[in-house]
Amino acid sequence: MYAFDLARPTSVADALKALQEEDAQPLAGGQTLVPTLKARLAAPSTLVSLRGISEMQGVCHDDQGRIHIGAATTHAAVEREVAKDYPGLAALAGQIGDPAVRNRGTIGGSLANNDPSACYPAAALGSGATIVTNAREIPADDFFEGMFTTVLEEDELIFSVRFPVPKVSAYAKFAQPASRFALTGVFVAQFDDGVRVAVTGASEDGVFRWSEAEDALGRDFSADAVAGLSVPAEGMIGDLHGTPEYRAHLVGVMTRRAVAAAG
Amino acid sequence: MTKVSMTVNGKPATAEAKGNTLLVDYLREGLGLTGTHVGCDTSQCGACVVHVDGEAVKACSIFALEAEGAEITTIEGMAAPDGTLSAIQQAFQDYHGLQCGFCTPGMVMSAAALLKENPRPSEQEVRDYLEGNLCRCTGYHNIVRAIMAASGQESAVAAE
Repeated sequence: MYAFDLARPTSVADALKALQEEDAQPLAGGQTLVPTLKARLAAPSTLVSLRGISEMQGVCHDDQGRIHIGAATTHAAVEREVAKDYPGLAALAGQIGDPAVRNRGTIGGSLANNDPSACYPAAALGSGATIVTNAREIPADDFFEGMFTTVLEEDELIFSVRFPVPKVSAYAKFAQPASRFALTGVFVAQFDDGVRVAVTGASEDGVFRWSEAEDALGRDFSADAVAGLSVPAEGMIGDLHGTPEYRAHLVGVMTRRAVAAAG
Repeated sequence: MTKVSMTVNGKPATAEAKGNTLLVDYLREGLGLTGTHVGCDTSQCGACVVHVDGEAVKACSIFALEAEGAEITTIEGMAAPDGTLSAIQQAFQDYHGLQCGFCTPGMVMSAAALLKENPRPSEQEVRDYLEGNLCRCTGYHNIVRAIMAASGQESAVAAE
C-alpha cells in the first residue's frame, strides 16, 4: 500500500470538509477498497472513514412505510434489521460475500462502487429506491451509469438509501463460488403499480432492468409468465467463469427462480 | 506514527500505527500476537479473522486506526489463562479439525462468532458461515464435525 492519512470524522459536515483535500477518498466498510489499496490500484492522500458518523448508521421507517438505511450501515445490520419489514432485501444482504465481509461492508459503499456483479445495485434498482446524498435525491433508475460508474460527483457522499417496500420480492443469485459475487443475480419486486426486475452480474453495462419480464410479470406474476422470454447474449459479460450466452441463459433461469421464491 | 490503543483479549494494549497499518499488522508486529495469520493478503482466506466488538472481521481488511478503542479478541484470547482450551479449540483437537493448522485461528474465531449468534447450527449453517475461511489441506469435513461437536451435536454429522 502507498502511504496515506486516515481521517475519522464524527459528523457528515466534518467528513465533507476532509474530502475537500486533494486526492482524499471516502472509506466505508473497506471490503473492496482495502484490497484495492493493497494492490496499489488506488493512491489516495487521505482516506476519510465514514464509520464513526452516527447519522449515517442504522435503519428507520417513515410515515409512508418506506425504509431508510444509513449509507454506513453494514450488510449484517441490514440483514438483521429489515428481516421482518422487507425480507427480500434482508435475504439479499445476507448473501453478500461471507460473514466477516458482511460485518464490515456497507450499503453506501456497495452502491457507490457499482461493481457490475455486486448484489445491492440489483436491490436498489429492483426496488425503485432513492439514493439520498448530501446534495440531492437520486432515483435508482438514474443513479447507475455502467460498470463501476455512477452519477455521483467527486465531492458527493451517499447519506442514506430510501426503499419503498414491495408486496412481495425475492433475490435469486447464482454465486461465483470463489468470490461469492453474483455470476448472475436477479431481484424481483411486485408493487401495487407494477413489477420491477433488476439483473446484476450479467451485463457489461452493470445492473439493468429487464423491462420485457417486468411487463409479462405485471400481467401474470408467475414463473411461467417469463418462461418464454430471453435476453440477447450480446453485451453480456464473458470471462473464465461464464460466456455471454451462459449469462444470458442465467438471466432467464434466475428470474424464474426469483419469481417462484417471491410468489 | 501515532499511538493507537484498544482492548485486546481483555487487556489494554497500545502500539504505534500509521494511517495504512492494517489491524492484523498492528496485532502481529505491534503487539507480538502472531496467532492471527495472514494467508492471502487479498482478503479472501479468512486466516486473519478476529472479533472486533464481538463481530468476526478480517483483520487484514481494516486499519488499526479504525479499531482504536475497540474490544478485540484474537485466537490468543480463546483459551483460559491457565491454558485450558476453549470448547471449540478442544473439539478441533479431538476431531482432527486441522492438518497444517495455518487456517485454524481464523476457523476457530469464525466458529466462535457463529456459535455466539446461533448456538446449535445445522451442518449447512456451519458450512455457510465458513464461506470466507479457506482450508487448503481440504480439511473442511473435520472442521465442520468439530464445530458441530463444540455445539453439543456430535452425532448430527454423518461419518465419512
